[in-house]
Amino acid sequence: MAEVLKRAKPLTVNPLKASQPIGAALAFLGMRRAIPMLHGSQGCTAFGKVFLVRHFREPIPLQTTAMDQVSSIMSADENVIEGLRVLCEKNSPELIGLPTTGLSETQGCDVQRLVREFRARHPEFSATAVVPVNTPDYSGCLESGFALAVEAIIDTLVPDSAGRCLAGRRPRQVNVLASSMLTPGDIEAIKAWIEAFGLQPLVLPDIGDSLDGHLVDQDTSPLMLGGTSTGDLATLGEAAATLVIGRSLQRAADLLKTRSGVPDYRFDHLLGLDAGDAFTLALAEISGQPVPASVDRQRAQLQDAMVDTHFMTGFLRVAIAGDPDLLLALGQFLHGVGAEIVAAVAAARSEVLAELPAASVRIGDLEDLEREARAHRAQLMVANSHAVPSAERLQLPLLRAGFPQYDWVGGYARTWVGYRGARQALFDVANLFLGNHHDTPVHRSIYRVGSESGSLHQAPFDAGLVRQ
Amino acid sequence: MKTAEITELLNEPACTHNRTEKSGCARTRPGATAGGCSFDGAQIALLPIADVAHIVHGPIACAGASWDNRGARSSGPTLYRIGMTTDLTEQDVIMGRGEKRLFLAIKQAIDDYAPKAVFVYATCVPALIGDDLEAVARAASERWGVPVVPVDCAGFYGTKNLGNRIAGEAMFKYVIGRREPEPLPAVALRPGIRVHDVNLIGEYNIAGEFWYVAPLFDELGLRILCTLSGDARFHEVQTMHRAQASMVVCAKALLNVARKLEADFGVPFFEGSFYGVSDTSQAFRDFARLLGDADLAARTEAMITREEARIRAALEPWRARLAGKRVLLYTGGVKSWSVVSALQDLGMTVVATGTNKSTEEDKARIRELMGDATRMITDGSPKALLQACKDYRADILIAGGRNLYTALKARIPFLDINQEREFGYAGYDGMLELVRQLALTLESPVWRKVRAPAPWAAKQAADQAPPVRGGSDG
Repeated sequence: MAEVLKRAKPLTVNPLKASQPIGAALAFLGMRRAIPMLHGSQGCTAFGKVFLVRHFREPIPLQTTAMDQVSSIMSADENVIEGLRVLCEKNSPELIGLPTTGLSETQGCDVQRLVREFRARHPEFSATAVVPVNTPDYSGCLESGFALAVEAIIDTLVPDSAGRCLAGRRPRQVNVLASSMLTPGDIEAIKAWIEAFGLQPLVLPDIGDSLDGHLVDQDTSPLMLGGTSTGDLATLGEAAATLVIGRSLQRAADLLKTRSGVPDYRFDHLLGLDAGDAFTLALAEISGQPVPASVDRQRAQLQDAMVDTHFMTGFLRVAIAGDPDLLLALGQFLHGVGAEIVAAVAAARSEVLAELPAASVRIGDLEDLEREARAHRAQLMVANSHAVPSAERLQLPLLRAGFPQYDWVGGYARTWVGYRGARQALFDVANLFLGNHHDTPVHRSIYRVGSESGSLHQAPFDAGLVRQ
Repeated sequence: MKTAEITELLNEPACTHNRTEKSGCARTRPGATAGGCSFDGAQIALLPIADVAHIVHGPIACAGASWDNRGARSSGPTLYRIGMTTDLTEQDVIMGRGEKRLFLAIKQAIDDYAPKAVFVYATCVPALIGDDLEAVARAASERWGVPVVPVDCAGFYGTKNLGNRIAGEAMFKYVIGRREPEPLPAVALRPGIRVHDVNLIGEYNIAGEFWYVAPLFDELGLRILCTLSGDARFHEVQTMHRAQASMVVCAKALLNVARKLEADFGVPFFEGSFYGVSDTSQAFRDFARLLGDADLAARTEAMITREEARIRAALEPWRARLAGKRVLLYTGGVKSWSVVSALQDLGMTVVATGTNKSTEEDKARIRELMGDATRMITDGSPKALLQACKDYRADILIAGGRNLYTALKARIPFLDINQEREFGYAGYDGMLELVRQLALTLESPVWRKVRAPAPWAAKQAADQAPPVRGGSDG
């Protein structure tokens, strides 16, 4: 439906995009006792760490192979092996994620070979899984890096069991492949949704368990607490079904299906009534159980909110920016309650963009978003925290979504998915609109007499108060 | 950048780190390295120059995760807060189109934002594929008549600290000395006050904190020709060589600029800090001393007497609340002793301090302030810091933002002292904000609530029956 417009400028201004290695690191942070190590210069990791820390307000374990001038030019192979060795020796992690960066990719390193070499040289660390993944900064975005890491986790750690007919051996287990558009709050809600049908979710990667922000007894840990356990990955092939959320995980899902032989259900997103219904139907089908009354009730509550807020959401001109999966989710959700997507900007290319309910979508930056929003007189902006100055310049309310959200507490905990999440999103959109309502310009007739002339410029809130 | 040039920058002769056995900047270790790269350091040092278009030449990682991430405030232009990057694509890298994209990107920035100058920061990928930043900058500058300054700061050159120096070097090579200062505005002339021109080097106006101090410069007749780089403008940087004295604020990083200003233009400098009452006073005294103006010295003393009396009175009610509290301070270099004296002013006890980035000179100063029994911490890992907090019964950890969540996860009050913070602590009035923030976290009622176990925890532990969730399938 939407025409996809390519990047047209040599200079990116006010970047929307975050890089692939950060996305890959995030996926690995959803794994229990894991630590990602970016293969690049120390800055790649330092920036990634600050980015994630500020968004999640959590300590983030993230290491670096610390390429310097000599290793960048000669060879950084030893950096990888030494880095893996140091991490294993110091912390005995369950998993080390090893994303590459623009630097190591430009150098042309073969990270898979290096992991094999590490294995050969250090058999004593065989208890630690190492997952290499190619995530150059100069391609894709956070979402695609995340997806590549999920695919690499499956490729490295999920045994091929398709021929052994194990699928369904755990009839209540449901695998969930969760895209980067889902917040820890979303993952929690999805798990509860699945459990409501008497099923047991196994989420990959489970940032809902690792990055939800909760105090624990342990003061500090050099590794990620919580998340998907590497050991549990062996059971993926015994599940009744796999639920895939987000088109970015298409390839990872294909691989898992081939490996495990477990049938899957694929969803572009879980935002809004229609998406919620599709998911609920699938759960009813998998579990063979009727839809629980509590889910029906939440659905009815969402419908009530849709009716209540349609005055505010109808014809609402919205400008949205984000990674492709999230963009499609927000676009379809808002379009589904009568809003018009008048400006849409994606961080990177993806097949889903063409399906966005908008005239066009641009691969671009927040300067593009600001210009389009201005040109099409948008009334609401939905984007990450970087869009705050744009929204201020246009005097538009901003609904924060995506990465990063650093000027806002609790963005990571927000639940968008499900009937409850959609209801809250509608309330928030409606309230932002109401709080920023522009009245009709005042007209003062030439025939009206009185001493009010000039009072137009008076503060509207003094309301006749004559003494302070 | 050539290895020899990097080595020269690392061996900054004015840096006291280089007088000891340990060389100035340590090498990085795979799997055990924290901290930013040279690009990070260079960008931090220059980004606050407000009327410049700052273009990061590289793939998205470098700008994408770092733009609009700093607390430096501007009193005027906000162009520095617009994130700009060439956002190199795979095709650019493979086909070698980086230089062309950069050239056109500079044009786009000039056309759309009319900057006073364009700074171009090289990152790892263009450095590796051999983009000639200097040539592109020169060509672009000639073509469009706007100064374009190349900052060759690929991340793999080394640490953030090195990046600071690279930034200083670029300013010295391409910007400083290219313009004469404006004549003093007539309205600012006051009878009996001889105006002196000074520089501040390494002051970033984080959270606008320098504005606590700036009015006192005006009062004394000290014109800040340029601050490198808080709230600075491009044309101000160009005139730095005409100052009569420079102050290097709170960091060793841009010492090279101060040293070269002294060597090439005879501008004397001193190192100081605006943290704490006594250091702030000392900074003004040092200016008066370097400028050799007896009248200025007398007026400075009068100002100091007045300000110290005023601020001590204002701090008095806070002293009672903070006195005796035990502080574990983990921060780098000059800031260590500077903050130690500020905290001691308040009657607080600094039980231990980090000296990772401190020079021998800094350490001697700390010993002088805190006595020989002072514990100096060198291991800054979260585990070691928390252990130190326990061992020395610290009431609060004061450190950089990197350790914020280390402290909070361990339920320990925390104060952010580094560049990312949201509050300004400089000068006399900054102390008021500092005590407010200290008391805010120390006295917060949340600590008691988050340290206590759940009401049912004791009973359940006694019953030895932890709740079992779910169960295995099958």
